[in-house]
Amino acid sequence: MANLASNFIGIKSPNPFWLASAPPTDKKVNVERAYEAGWGGVVWKTLGSEGPPVVNVNGPRYGAIWGADRRLLGLNNIELITDRPLEVNLQEIKEVKRKWRDRALIISLMVPCDEESWKDILKRIEDTEADGVELNFGCPHGMAERGMGSAVGQVPEYIEMVTRWVKQYSRMPCIVKLTPNITDIRKPAEAAKRGGADAVSLINTINSITAVDLDDFAPEPTIDGKGTHGGYCGPAVKPIALNMVAEIARSRETAGIPISGIGGVTTWRDAAEFMALGAGNVQVCTAAMTYGFKVVQEMISGLSDYMDRKGFADTSELVGRAVPNVTDWQFLNLNYVTKAHISQDDCIKCGRCYIACEDTSHQAIEMGPDRTFTVKDEECVACNLCVNVCPVENCITMVEMPKGQVDPRTGRTVGDYANWTTHPNNPLARAAE
Amino acid sequence: MSNSQLTPGIVPARLPAASYEANFADHEPPLDRHEARVAADRCYFCHDAPCMTACPTSIDIPLFIRQIATGTPEAAAKTILSQNIMGGMCARVCPTETLCEEVCVREVAEGKPVEIGRLQRYATDTLMARDVHPFTRAAATGKRVAVVGAGPSGLACAHRLAMKGHEVTVFERRPKAGGLNEYGIATYKSTNDFAAREVDWLLKIGGITVKTGVTLGKDVALADLMNDYDAVFLGIGLAGVNALRAAGEDLPGVENAVDFIAGLRQAGDRSTVAVGRDVVVIGGGMTAVDAAVQSKLLGAENVTIVYRRGREKMSASGHEQEHATQTGVRIIYGAAPVKVTGGARAEAVEFAYTEDGPAGLRLMDQGFTLKADQVFKAIGQTLAGVPDSLSVTGGKLPRHPGPKLWCGGDCAEGGEDLTVTAVAEGRDAAEEIHAALTGAAG
Repeated sequence: MANLASNFIGIKSPNPFWLASAPPTDKKVNVERAYEAGWGGVVWKTLGSEGPPVVNVNGPRYGAIWGADRRLLGLNNIELITDRPLEVNLQEIKEVKRKWRDRALIISLMVPCDEESWKDILKRIEDTEADGVELNFGCPHGMAERGMGSAVGQVPEYIEMVTRWVKQYSRMPCIVKLTPNITDIRKPAEAAKRGGADAVSLINTINSITAVDLDDFAPEPTIDGKGTHGGYCGPAVKPIALNMVAEIARSRETAGIPISGIGGVTTWRDAAEFMALGAGNVQVCTAAMTYGFKVVQEMISGLSDYMDRKGFADTSELVGRAVPNVTDWQFLNLNYVTKAHISQDDCIKCGRCYIACEDTSHQAIEMGPDRTFTVKDEECVACNLCVNVCPVENCITMVEMPKGQVDPRTGRTVGDYANWTTHPNNPLARAAE
Repeated sequence: MSNSQLTPGIVPARLPAASYEANFADHEPPLDRHEARVAADRCYFCHDAPCMTACPTSIDIPLFIRQIATGTPEAAAKTILSQNIMGGMCARVCPTETLCEEVCVREVAEGKPVEIGRLQRYATDTLMARDVHPFTRAAATGKRVAVVGAGPSGLACAHRLAMKGHEVTVFERRPKAGGLNEYGIATYKSTNDFAAREVDWLLKIGGITVKTGVTLGKDVALADLMNDYDAVFLGIGLAGVNALRAAGEDLPGVENAVDFIAGLRQAGDRSTVAVGRDVVVIGGGMTAVDAAVQSKLLGAENVTIVYRRGREKMSASGHEQEHATQTGVRIIYGAAPVKVTGGARAEAVEFAYTEDGPAGLRLMDQGFTLKADQVFKAIGQTLAGVPDSLSVTGGKLPRHPGPKLWCGGDCAEGGEDLTVTAVAEGRDAAEEIHAALTGAAG
């Protein structure tokens, strides 16, 4: 069995699955249940400054979107940071850490954007023996209105400044949690690095309105007839998160900075994908909130089996393995030609590939008598839409045309690698000649 | 002295009173809202969907299921009813396992089709529970059409004609409208008087007058209808029953299965319906299954269906046959009745095994005898009461025998003798009549 033990910026955990700072990590009772279920680490729900704690709404905090069979695909929330007294949290963190020495315990922090506030909170958490801090520069709702959370995360200079304070006043490893509610994720990551962050974690939630009540004409979740934007998470955000992780992993300025991957991790496969794109570990929230803490057991067995199949003895062999293959569009091989192929044995004759192609794409699928669907190679641009809409996995596959063969669509012979930078249609390529 | 399953002869009240309600409860209970959403989620929204092609009324099944999935069952019902005004009954009685659900791509993929029939019922029940009629009539055309027979084809025809603005009079020989929906469907498939409620709901379109107790050729002549109306539709069904052609057929205790089924449907109190201790049903169609299953549900001790050919030739579907055997009915394939024996009344039936060869069915020397105090004949219905002026081919009337006259449903050529086919033929005849009366194309 592969070794799942994880060492993330010096923080050790028996596996790379941490619970993200969120409702499931707000209290000792939850965190202990998570550890009992097998979670390798926990980022404690964000603590605020000393003083009266924040308050939450007393109406619904979550909105959701669902797929078939009401499978939860996306969740948004308008919950704020912990609304329990700071002392209670600190006491519980201390107790839990003492009892669970082998598990990671990180404290998430969000205090006003001034040096004194940060200095003060860092001092207060010192004797909890927590393994590190995560700076919550991400939450896009509520706290952002008070100049915290994503309001900080959207200004690289603030990120750098606060990170510097944290490194100055604390010996703890520091993870900076990034908000995706920006145009270029590399900028805040660079700022964190400049500030001395040991790692970044991403993504925090995405600003969102999940639904509108069509009787009351108000966004959901609705509080007494009004709603506000909340932070979106869950399986639906995974593609956005994967890209942002990859952008940081492959950017020259940020390459090598440890990344804790967050965003819709639901299964071992999701986790492995984040790790392949450069995440040293992953953080999970929605999957646990949907199914309970036991989901980690599938993640552990799945990742372990996968690593065994691949012959990876340690997670470090997986981390970043796909990063070199993330490139810019301009470098994609334009001489790589594939054609869709429909397996008649697997086809259940639903016709979805046909109508998708016929109505919305390239009219490259023929519907024959007896509902036999075949690809017209002379029309197929290999867009993959048919593969995506087919309900049967692997029924439609993209088959590569060997070099030297003539693509019946273009009449051109499949040649060696060539990309847009040298393509005759590229005006810049021509200018360079 | 109360009766029991072991009481000899044909007697009522074989079971404790409480058993009847349970035995004749909804055969397939309706889906609730949650179940319907889950079931609807399984539909792939196929292109040119095979289910739709398999439906004799061409209901846009993927569309109505999507409408259920998006929380608009009333819109789903309208999609169904615009093609099949008896979509409610068809949802209950269609042999979906040999129609839409047989060709569902998920049947191909997983051996488990989308539950189209039950979803259709969910949609139509939801709409009908609101007691509104979703269609309105076009401006009056001033044309008058006579429809003979208030069964599925006649009512479907009448509804479509009324919708087009014509004035329709329906003549029905029985005391109630509905045809086989009212008199021929197994009780557990159409509970809570659904057939009658559906007729009432259908007639809400307006412009339809139903005259019951009027028999063609007796109370009203086809020639007169042809003179008095702008067009005539005959949906007279199959009023006759095939004879057994076996000795002893006339003995008391030998009955038509259709009469038994109708009697049970019309009985307010099922415990008053008499049934034998040993019941033998001869035939291989849905009527045979319905008679046999309901005999069992009424408390008969032994019920046997005997069909002269093999299992694969039986017109009752595999699903129906399974339902029968699960209820405790025994099915014997490949045997034909030779003689009903008995003194004052039927006591047993002698059968000979058959051999189905290229030359047809041949009786073999070997056979068996089944005890029978009640024998049901379910070997098919025949056209009866056809006006002399009409020619009959292969036991059926032409769909359009001449000017101003159309036929549809079980009495007419084309399709299987199913409720859904009858509805399609009635509807299509109405479209042809409308085109003929208004000069409209199509």
